[in-house]
Amino acid sequence: MKEELFVSGRNIPNIDPYLNIWHWQIPLYLFLGGLAAGILFFAGYYVVRGKEKEMQTTVKWAPVLAPIALVLGLFALFLDLKHKLYFWQLYTTIRLESPMGWGAWTLMIITPLSFVWVASYMKELIPGWNWKFEFLEKFEAWVIKNRVGLAWIMMIYAIILGVYTGILLSAFNARPLWNTSILGPLFLVSGFSTGLAAIIWMSKDANERKVLSRIDLVFIFIELFLIVHLFMGFLAGSQTAIEAANLFLGGEFTVSFWVFVVLIGLILPATFETIEIWGIHVPKWIPPAMILFGGFMFRFIMVEAGQITRYLY
Amino acid sequence: MRYAMAIDTKKCVGCGDCVVACQTENNVPHGYCRDWIVESVDGTYPSLSLEFRSERCNHCDNSPCVRCCPTGASHIEEGGIVTVTHDKCIGCGACIQSCPYDARYSHPEGYVDKCTFCIHRVQKGQKPACVEVCPTSCLYFGDLDDPNSDVSLAIKDRKWKTLAPEAGTDPQLYFLT
Repeated sequence: MKEELFVSGRNIPNIDPYLNIWHWQIPLYLFLGGLAAGILFFAGYYVVRGKEKEMQTTVKWAPVLAPIALVLGLFALFLDLKHKLYFWQLYTTIRLESPMGWGAWTLMIITPLSFVWVASYMKELIPGWNWKFEFLEKFEAWVIKNRVGLAWIMMIYAIILGVYTGILLSAFNARPLWNTSILGPLFLVSGFSTGLAAIIWMSKDANERKVLSRIDLVFIFIELFLIVHLFMGFLAGSQTAIEAANLFLGGEFTVSFWVFVVLIGLILPATFETIEIWGIHVPKWIPPAMILFGGFMFRFIMVEAGQITRYLY
Repeated sequence: MRYAMAIDTKKCVGCGDCVVACQTENNVPHGYCRDWIVESVDGTYPSLSLEFRSERCNHCDNSPCVRCCPTGASHIEEGGIVTVTHDKCIGCGACIQSCPYDARYSHPEGYVDKCTFCIHRVQKGQKPACVEVCPTSCLYFGDLDDPNSDVSLAIKDRKWKTLAPEAGTDPQLYFLT
């Protein structure tokens, strides 16, 4: 048994005694990235399905949030960099092995796409809008003509962005809490769920809200299933994985995780969405607000807790 | 060529001279360090055993820090030495997260910094500063591909271990036990 472990000669800021090099910026970015991915995916999906008329908010209004979320997210990422003036080095290389490199390039593609998407609906969003320049008008006409193609590309990149927010963490072998491949799908599903929540909150059309709430319910159940899977995997794993799980099963993140993420972020909104189907009225902003809060807390807790977990030697 | 280091845990007394030598040689900012001493006590009283380890970057063969670097600032030099190009580093912290040994830190100037095996000395044929000053000569440095190098001879007839080999990093610090 290990009686004592004593490390002398080091007390490095943000590294000792526990790693804490990533603060609020990374979880905020992961949240905004997942939110934008969800919104853009469903906007694309309903255009491909030809349901623009029925799903006005999903296709036209909610996507306005996506470029804002992505730009804020990118700014949060920029704030996280410690050597800020060299940020452009991200775009001088393509490093296929680096998840962060993948993410930087994915954002470079999906952010302009989200702007183009919103721009192509400007005339419907703001009556009387005109682009003032001939070439912009032509570009808009071209985008509108090829909207279904754009929708497909956007859906694919939304999935990549959503999965990437999880893979960014799961690629770190040194942090046992993150080092599980289930994090990719889990963050994707959670991101899509927050995207749906934002659309439901914005929508004034009861029918649209009903359709989206039912999809959201499915996503919440998948998310709960993946969370159970996550912990099953940890508890059947090595000592490092068991200790990672124990942070949430009696450890210091137990209350914050099960109350804020699972109860307020998943179970209660799922309950409200279900009783809404049964005809009991719940104020429409309550479930989405809870899902958005839970989604943010989930990322915040995962980033915070993951940094504490480590190899034992 | 494959540079590596062997640390004789039976000879190390934990004086910390290697830590100070490194800080002086590499102008490491106050409050930071590239190498450090671990004192590990195993067993149950009264039958205890004490192990001293002078630890630093493991200059892994399968280095997760190099793999996750989005700009290529973290890279592998000739002989397997892992270093960071300061003006390519954006300070994202990915490599710090990826290191199972917590060997990297964020330099106050913004870039990520770590042990370089004193590459500036090694390229001139000298030993790293920590190896040079060790009063008990418990540190051995050299080329593993050369059977007569200090490090090859040190690990030839001794039992050794590496730290967290299960992390899959193929570390290149050999602790003689």
